[in-house]
Amino acid sequence: MDWDFYGQHLIPALNDGLWISILLILPSATGGLALGILTGTIRTFGPPWLKRIGNFYAGIFRGTPLVVQLFILYFGLPNIGIYLSPYAAAVTGFILCSGAYQSEYIRGGLSAIKRGQLMAAKSLGFSSTGSIFWIVLPQAMRRALPGCGNEIIYLIKYSSLAYIITCIEITGQARDVATTYFRFTESFFVAGLYYLALVSIAGIALGKLEKKLYIPGFGKQH
Amino acid sequence: MNNNVATVLQITDIHKVLGGKEILRGVSMTVDKGELKILIGPSGGGKSTLLQCINFLLPPDQGRIFLDGSEVHFHKKAELYRYRQQVGMIFQDFNLFDHLNALDNVSIALRKVKKIHKAEAGDRAYHELERVGLSDKTDLYPAELSGGQKQRVSIARALAMDPKVILLDEPTSALDPELIGEVLRVIVDLARSGMTMIMATHQIGYVKSLTNEILFMENGRIIEHGPPEKLLSADADTRCRGFCEMLKDLVREP
Repeated sequence: MDWDFYGQHLIPALNDGLWISILLILPSATGGLALGILTGTIRTFGPPWLKRIGNFYAGIFRGTPLVVQLFILYFGLPNIGIYLSPYAAAVTGFILCSGAYQSEYIRGGLSAIKRGQLMAAKSLGFSSTGSIFWIVLPQAMRRALPGCGNEIIYLIKYSSLAYIITCIEITGQARDVATTYFRFTESFFVAGLYYLALVSIAGIALGKLEKKLYIPGFGKQH
Repeated sequence: MNNNVATVLQITDIHKVLGGKEILRGVSMTVDKGELKILIGPSGGGKSTLLQCINFLLPPDQGRIFLDGSEVHFHKKAELYRYRQQVGMIFQDFNLFDHLNALDNVSIALRKVKKIHKAEAGDRAYHELERVGLSDKTDLYPAELSGGQKQRVSIARALAMDPKVILLDEPTSALDPELIGEVLRVIVDLARSGMTMIMATHQIGYVKSLTNEILFMENGRIIEHGPPEKLLSADADTRCRGFCEMLKDLVREP
């Protein structure tokens, strides 16, 4: 076994990429979730015109390939005078795409909440926004959590597309090493292990969160 | 007429159309401080719709509502929210907030609507739960409470807001028979302590002695009203008495 290849080339390169990947994933996951909560709420409770905008956005970003979205953000926007760095373009694309998917899960969670919850909140003097924020959303989030977590797992893996617009993260680094040393199998196999580790950590964290937010009557019994 | 008794709530000529059907066809009533009014009548008669209209959970198509003599302009949001804080609502199926324990169910509106500090709101909530006999259940979530306990929490939740009047929409009809008593006892205590209430119910026997007026609703109108001794006396020839006799026959044990 050629340990020097791993120790001196592949692993250091992948560790550099790992750092970039984490910098891509963290803001994209939180931003995507926040955008998804906002869009999902608008699509459920918003006034008709705002609902239409929300549906249109979700339709576009769920209906086109992420690669195409990234190409438009990175190569297309300069045509109208907007220049994004590879990193900024990737994070923007991931947030927009993830937000569209998250809004679907949130919407599902919101529509599972009984109408009586909203009526009770209003009868106590809550405003419409207040009753959604304090009463309906906290319940909907708990119902949507497994789906939202799943989307974050997906995001970790599709963050690998960033290398296509020259934001060199794990996959980009693996590809560079692979082509330089002509060792594709090992490079991508180890890169795969990096993603597996990231996904496993995320899975454990989400499981902990689900347990922490557990309330009798919601979701699975512990 | 006793001029010392203040009118708390006055509603005049409420109309409401739902799904193309006229559910309320001009309902008026006046509720004085400390009164218990009972709404009774066949289902579909408009009792529930009326209570929801009084709280503007369903905006009336026509008609006016006055609280303490001043008209409620429900199109003005701030005024509507202020009004609802003063008019408690108890629902047939409780509608406790499923993600909050009993204490937080009672205190959340104090904290988020009335902006009362958390500790103070918690104390008040505990006090109200104590009042309905649930001081040992403060940490339990709705899924862990019986139906009767849930309804008592929801009464505590309404009481914590210091309402001027409480609307009760068949508060015991979703309960198992053995749990009805504990909820009715709380309601009787409230009536005795002078709380102003309008209650839609079929459990009339229990509260009859405390009832100031029975309003019999059918087809979207109050067709009979009067004190129970008048409407339900043995020689009264009223729709209401006929209806109540029928109810009695239905629940009579073999």
